[in-house]
Amino acid sequence: MIVLGTQSARYSGEIPVFERRAVRASTDPYRPEALRKREAFLVNGDSVPEGFGWYIFVNRPVTAVNAPTIELPSDFDFLADGDVLRLTPTKNSLRVLFRRNASVNSFLLTERCNNFCLMCSQPPRNVNDGWIVDEILEALPLIDTDVPEIMFSGGEPTLLGSRFLDLVRACKSYLPRTALHILSNGRSFSDPAFAKSLGDIGHHDIMVGIPVYSDLAHVHDYVVQADGAYDETIRGILNLKQTGVPVEIRIVMHKQTVPRLSALAEFLTRNLLFVEHVALMGLEMTGFTKANLGDLWVDPADYAEELKRAVGILDRAKIKTSIYNSQLCLIDRSIWRFARRSISDWKQEYMPECQSCAVMDQCGGFFSSAELKYSSHIQPIPC
Amino acid sequence: MSKFQALERYENSLKSGYRLLPFRFTQLSGDDYVLSNLVGEFVVLKRSVLNDFSKGCLLPHDPAFEELKSKHFLIDDDSSVVVDLLALKLRTKLAPLANFTALHLFVTTLRCDHSCPYCQVSRANDDRQEFDMSEETALKSIDLAFRSPSQVLKFEFQGGESLLNLNLIRFIIEEVKRRNAEQRRDIQFVIATNLALLSDEAIELARQHDVLISTSLDGPEELHNRNRPRPGNDSYKRTIEGIQRVRRELGRDRVGALMTTTAASLSLVRGIIDEYIAQDFRGIFLRPLSPYGFAIKTKFYQAYDQSKWLEFYFEGLDYIIDLNLKGFGFTEYYAAMVLRKMLTPFQPGYVDLLSPSGAGVAAVVYNYDGDVYASDESRMLAEMGDKRFCIGNVHSNTYEEIFLNDTLLEALESSFAASVPMCSWCAFEPYCGADPVFHHATQSDFVGKKPLSAFCNRNMSVFKGLIERMNSRPEVREIFERWAYM
Ligand code: SF4
Ligand code: SF4
Repeated sequence: MIVLGTQSARYSGEIPVFERRAVRASTDPYRPEALRKREAFLVNGDSVPEGFGWYIFVNRPVTAVNAPTIELPSDFDFLADGDVLRLTPTKNSLRVLFRRNASVNSFLLTERCNNFCLMCSQPPRNVNDGWIVDEILEALPLIDTDVPEIMFSGGEPTLLGSRFLDLVRACKSYLPRTALHILSNGRSFSDPAFAKSLGDIGHHDIMVGIPVYSDLAHVHDYVVQADGAYDETIRGILNLKQTGVPVEIRIVMHKQTVPRLSALAEFLTRNLLFVEHVALMGLEMTGFTKANLGDLWVDPADYAEELKRAVGILDRAKIKTSIYNSQLCLIDRSIWRFARRSISDWKQEYMPECQSCAVMDQCGGFFSSAELKYSSHIQPIPC
Repeated sequence: MSKFQALERYENSLKSGYRLLPFRFTQLSGDDYVLSNLVGEFVVLKRSVLNDFSKGCLLPHDPAFEELKSKHFLIDDDSSVVVDLLALKLRTKLAPLANFTALHLFVTTLRCDHSCPYCQVSRANDDRQEFDMSEETALKSIDLAFRSPSQVLKFEFQGGESLLNLNLIRFIIEEVKRRNAEQRRDIQFVIATNLALLSDEAIELARQHDVLISTSLDGPEELHNRNRPRPGNDSYKRTIEGIQRVRRELGRDRVGALMTTTAASLSLVRGIIDEYIAQDFRGIFLRPLSPYGFAIKTKFYQAYDQSKWLEFYFEGLDYIIDLNLKGFGFTEYYAAMVLRKMLTPFQPGYVDLLSPSGAGVAAVVYNYDGDVYASDESRMLAEMGDKRFCIGNVHSNTYEEIFLNDTLLEALESSFAASVPMCSWCAFEPYCGADPVFHHATQSDFVGKKPLSAFCNRNMSVFKGLIERMNSRPEVREIFERWAYM
């Protein structure tokens, strides 16, 4: 498990006055001197090059240097060259904004949301968190340009309105080779002008991932706990298509969505065939899911048939389809090729049953939160 | 109290009821009815459920209600985006119309080495050039082709035996390419040939310009040779050798084959399909017999019983379905084209099943002598003495005169299926076509009385047969979905 933030960073030395600041971490002793001033050096041996703005000591004694130092506990062993950190010296706090080695880096843009999904893993809070945008705008130019992909999530990122568009523009400018994946409920794009202003940015490699939970409006509205959300989401998707922004459909599988999964698949092929990708996702046992477990939990073994049908419909219609957060022993072998190992390395776990399984290295495993509830049909696959 | 609301709270239809969206229905068999909406989505219901639905008394939790709602047959207070989606789907279905004519058929010569009894148009293979298209005629025809707004232009060379005028084919291809250097359209060339006279030059030409070869294969050797007499009675052998040569020298997917169905074919559908499989084709188009050409004169057409053809068709279709169920992928293209209309948002451009009709719109024929025909069938009709669908001549008419030809416009307008008797209330109208040329040929009327129309009868049976098959067997539906999205 990786810890991304701490309130017990120890800052010492002559600390410049600011509330928070984003800096890039470096392990490179040959870093051009012209860049050192604004970067933090991760001390990892005895040789300590001169001239860096900050020196970070992870789980090691601080040695005397000519600049402010930060001492961190061993949880931060993973820090690597190119990581971007947010420093808040006045609160002894430090947060990792970007990890160079993570397969995908996700930026939470806001905690606010206009949906209130039964299974939200990041329960929305109505707070004034506009500072997050400033922080990300500051961090983006520090990210190495060869990073393949970054993600914007929330809350609902588009609630930021023009500030959201500023962020997309910044991605286009500062990360000209990096894909941008945005997780949104799509409702804001029901305003054609807003959708168009996203399209007009002309980002080189953008995709908006939007959940559609049912072919029937009221079921979707119930799942997201917002009357009228379905119509706005669908209109949003159509408007994005109109303006040339690629869309991905994301479907979380649970008790409310699986009974009509193949009907939804057919609906997608008939109405939204133009989408770039459909992701069918297993339920994560976090956030609101725990509170609504009774209305959400269904053993994946019990919807395996329906999942197979839905994937077949999408695949025959040539829609690119993936299954996320699923365990191979719970899905039909014929659709294994759609299953992706999607759970990020540090959240992924396996159950005791898995130890003798022949396909453990291909199986996505479980969210660590799955301990709360997982299928009673986990069945190691024999060699 | 929970901060979450119950499902019923979002189910406005519980109070509001529902309103019908436009749909049509037709009886399948017995108690089963098929309902279709204007974009071709369909639902099969029992008569009593259809009754309840149309009277407005279907209840929201009825599975039929949910299916009808999902497929946009009704609207209620839960959602109004249905209308946007229907509009989008209708636009998608109609979009190809804006491209106007993509397929341009050039009759390079009427001369032919074969003397097939069902072919009306060809002339004996002698060296007289009077039945060849001239370069001047070709140039004028190319002018017209490039007037089409379509971004895709397909040039298909026909005969007679088109290869007997290979020099003209080369001339046209080079001229088209020269003009396209500036126009930058997506150009495709197809040579329709019986392959009996496939020369090194023809192969070289096809290689150089990525030309697709379309040939005729009627079935097993005996049937093929009987259908297609030529000196030496070796049509089959030459065709097969030609197919193999094209595969070897140009690529295995560079040759396609079409069959002509004759009275002699009707009892041999499995043999015909097996022949296609043996020749390494991955599908077959089980074609209806055309009423044109010698067919009518030689009484083939009269002898040709519509119900026999349907038996032939469904026996073949079921045989092919069975092959697929056993794991061998093989497609029946007529079904595939109809299924594309039934199961996908797309509208395939198959000329015979379009409404408005594809005549002159989806395809146009430039005859060897410069006459322009609204379709290949129109040209055959003319050879039988009825020049009704000759819509102009490249030498004496302008583009506007030809494509705004009164007969053409009247035929297109009056036959538009959505507004003619029977079709306008037929559930299969979204899948069907208008075919004014056929109805003119058989009933001397662009519209035709559909109960007497072999076109209607045949297609309706095919539509029903396909729906019944996929509705009763999910595994067949899966195969059909694959065909539809090919
Ligand atoms: S036993 Fe464990 S590792 Fe194997 S498929 Fe099932 S969940 Fe995956
Ligand atoms: S021709 Fe026949 S099958 Fe086709 S739409 Fe008209 S009535 Fe229906």
